[in-house]
Amino acid sequence: MNTLIAIGAGIAVVTGLGAGIGIGIATGKACEGIARQPEAEGKIQKNLILGCALAEATAIYGFVIALMIIVMLQ
Amino acid sequence: MGSSLAERLIEELNCETVFTIHLGSLEIPVMESVVVTWIVMAVLILLAIFLTRDLKTQNISKRQAFAELVYEKLTGIVGGMLGEEGKIYTGYLTTVLLYIGLSNIIGLFGFKSPTKDLNVTAALALMSIVLVEFAGIYQNGVKKWLHKFTEPVAIVTPFNILDVFTRPLSLCMRLFGNVLGAFVIMELLKIVCPPVIPAVFSLYFDLFDGLLQAYVFVFLTSLYIKEAVE
Repeated sequence: MNTLIAIGAGIAVVTGLGAGIGIGIATGKACEGIARQPEAEGKIQKNLILGCALAEATAIYGFVIALMIIVMLQ
Repeated sequence: MGSSLAERLIEELNCETVFTIHLGSLEIPVMESVVVTWIVMAVLILLAIFLTRDLKTQNISKRQAFAELVYEKLTGIVGGMLGEEGKIYTGYLTTVLLYIGLSNIIGLFGFKSPTKDLNVTAALALMSIVLVEFAGIYQNGVKKWLHKFTEPVAIVTPFNILDVFTRPLSLCMRLFGNVLGAFVIMELLKIVCPPVIPAVFSLYFDLFDGLLQAYVFVFLTSLYIKEAVE
């Protein structure tokens, strides 16, 4: 039973994959934008942080589910 | 080590009842998050009273200059996100920003963050969605508010209705998960490498992430309000 719980929690944390790819693409594009228009750095940075916080949410959902699996099923 | 960590996590997840109020036969349990919320409220109220004592129009004191700076900055940020039509909701959202921000970083002072309790974030998200729907009705009238559900095409109506429920759910889970996630990672770090390193990470997880999540919560709520009142 414990092994199954561990496997389930592990699968739930795979959501981090999407968040990682998303934040990576966003940061890459932001770097491109800043290289092209260095004067817009402030605005780009603000939007980037906000977008990253939103993209991170999916990973957080996975984490919450994994934690719930561990805590509730034990 | 593994089992003790799991026990500590469960202990932290459970919100303890501090004391119970007896009203006749009615029993009201008072949770720890409520008491910490009172502390946050007391700090904010005392700060507000202290900063706004004897205000003047000329020869202002340093204290008043600071109060004006804070007010201008905060209302500037929130008002800018709400746009022209949603300006009247600036006061509420600034208050929420201050409350979530302070309750996220109050963990640094040894209290248990109220936002780590799912009930608190659920209540905040519920207040947000009620405000959003109220703003839509107040600004446009019931008829136009109902008509908004069928925009842009009639076929998306079920999804628009579903939005009313998924929006507060995602707001609530995002705030709760972030605060809890930061807490769990900090606990793990404290066990793995106790000296200096947790302090450095605490700067990111407790201060930066806590304030960022408060900002994101207010930003999303103002985005929904802006969409509802246009």
